Amino acid sequence: MANMDPIKVINDKCVGCTLCVKSCPFGAITMENKKALIDTTKCNLCGACVEVCKFDAIVIEKKEKEKIDFSLYKDVWVFAEQKKGKVQSIAFELLGKGRELADKLGVNLCAVLLGDKVEGSCKELIERGADKVYLVESPKLGAFQDDPYTKVLIELISKYKPEIVLCGATTIGRSLGSRVAVKLDSGLTADCTGLDIDPEEKILLQTRPAFGGNIMATIISPDNRPQMATVRHKVMQEADADPSRKGEIVKENYSDEIYTTRTRLIDVFEEIEGTINLAEADIIVSGGRGLGCADNFSMIKELALTLNAAVGASRSAVDADWIPYSHQVGQTGKTVCPKLYIACGISGQIQHLIGMKSSDVIVAINKDPEAPIFSVATYGIVDDLFKVVPLLTKHFKTMLKK
Amino acid sequence: MKIIVLVKQVPDTTDVKIDPVTNTLIREGVESVINPFDRYAIEEAIRIKERIVGSEVVVISMGPPQAIAALREAISLGCDNAILLSDRKFAGSDTWATSYTLAQAIKKLGDFLVILCGKQASDGDTAQVGPGVSMHLDIPQVTYVKKIEKIDAKGAIVERMTEEGYDVVETPFPALITVVKEINEPRLPSLKGKMRSKKAEISVWTAEDLACEDKNIGLDGSPTRVVKIFSPSPREGGQMLEGEPEETSKKLVDALKDVVIG
Repeated sequence: MANMDPIKVINDKCVGCTLCVKSCPFGAITMENKKALIDTTKCNLCGACVEVCKFDAIVIEKKEKEKIDFSLYKDVWVFAEQKKGKVQSIAFELLGKGRELADKLGVNLCAVLLGDKVEGSCKELIERGADKVYLVESPKLGAFQDDPYTKVLIELISKYKPEIVLCGATTIGRSLGSRVAVKLDSGLTADCTGLDIDPEEKILLQTRPAFGGNIMATIISPDNRPQMATVRHKVMQEADADPSRKGEIVKENYSDEIYTTRTRLIDVFEEIEGTINLAEADIIVSGGRGLGCADNFSMIKELALTLNAAVGASRSAVDADWIPYSHQVGQTGKTVCPKLYIACGISGQIQHLIGMKSSDVIVAINKDPEAPIFSVATYGIVDDLFKVVPLLTKHFKTMLKK
Repeated sequence: MKIIVLVKQVPDTTDVKIDPVTNTLIREGVESVINPFDRYAIEEAIRIKERIVGSEVVVISMGPPQAIAALREAISLGCDNAILLSDRKFAGSDTWATSYTLAQAIKKLGDFLVILCGKQASDGDTAQVGPGVSMHLDIPQVTYVKKIEKIDAKGAIVERMTEEGYDVVETPFPALITVVKEINEPRLPSLKGKMRSKKAEISVWTAEDLACEDKNIGLDGSPTRVVKIFSPSPREGGQMLEGEPEETSKKLVDALKDVVIG
């Protein structure tokens, strides 16, 4: 059976350079008599070794798929998420990147908008770069529900055949995209931080962090259409609005059957206290164990309020019940990448760093000079946060004339 | 009636470090653990079992033979039965092929009430496998669940986390639910559980057992392909601000002026 395995080392080509051994994320390659030997019980066929080998000595064989006619698939689509009729900023970020991809391919950029009485928002999407907006309106599409949204998006994609579909890596986008991709046999790459078009193959290159951001992977879906990706908040530049742009609105009507849903939305609650949501915030002020008690979070909140920022927290602050879980940043909380992240009294355990280290500017305030948070900080202050944070609030107020 | 939990064995990310010289992951001494989010799914499944008479918890994992350790641990925590889906043919599966394979196993098991899993795995972070399974099985799903308000053999009312707060959603069973950390506080294994887990028989199912079509599993069933793996560019060296608080806070505010006013 061993020779049936999809991964093979071509011994004649292997020079024993050990590059593959170092590249393997699973520790599956060893050197035996100066030739690479792959332990197939550990190998996950990820392809890291194939890529790194300069001698083409490792191959992974994949059966040729029945080719579909790719020329039938055109255009770049962006799923324009709306809540209470308001298009979310992630949609503008997707339009920004989508425009670039569509121009490289020489195709149209289209937005898909599902909702109840949302036609007025089409203009906004066109101004931000959409050549076309596919609009489906129904009272049943007012708020997101898995079943009707999934069915409508599948119908639209099947009819108009886009080559690329982008969704936000939001709670809605991740739940919706996964189901649509399964139904359409499409490849879907989660949480992309980089998207580009391969200049020769004209396919989508999707780059995303893996292993908590310790490695980056570029992924393609060469044999299926559409190529689908979800994209992280705040990574792509928002498209600017140009009121003179013109575009087309394509309305689709469906019979009631498509809107049926097995789950039922009973109620919607907004609970983020005082400050806007973490995923969309440009600035986040976070507090950790160094705050000492729940009451001291008021200091963090005041600074956040001054900066119009969201309030974040480390796991230990949440576990101590100083602040609700919805504020937790890190591996078991939220992954954020704001323009500015201010960490107050957070030591910076790896699980926390995973969730915030891709922020543009990081400020760390901690009295322990050895705290790991300083390793990712753009600016660090080793001092007592109870002295520094109120002064920051004061100086920012002066600067912002508040 | 079965309550099914899907778990993944992942590297313990607290141990993941990058070798500064070779810029690769250091693997020595990295332990494998149950995906942290799946622990909440296991705990919730056990709590549901305690509320619904005559139900049992079956835990399923797909992975290499060593993933059996994760299943033994799940049994020590109170799961009744465990099944490992393991076959070299599954290697290279992306989320499409993984969700197909898990769905095939669930179809084979049959007679289930609800499927629970963590919102995502801590190594891949995709959050795609749970929803994918629900689509392959054509059952309703509720993702990012932080609380089960009401549950019986017919369905549940749950709270689904959103960016702004939460939705209250009612779902009939069978359904798939993905859970977040807030939903519960997982228990530790009991002594009795530990004893049981050592002796427990864990079934191993292969592609043939699951009547999987070859074109749908492993590399061939995976529409996505990794073409490049690289280290993220390291952050630029930071700057420490020194002096008395009055001075450092002033320096910082000046340095951040452009970012804040933007």
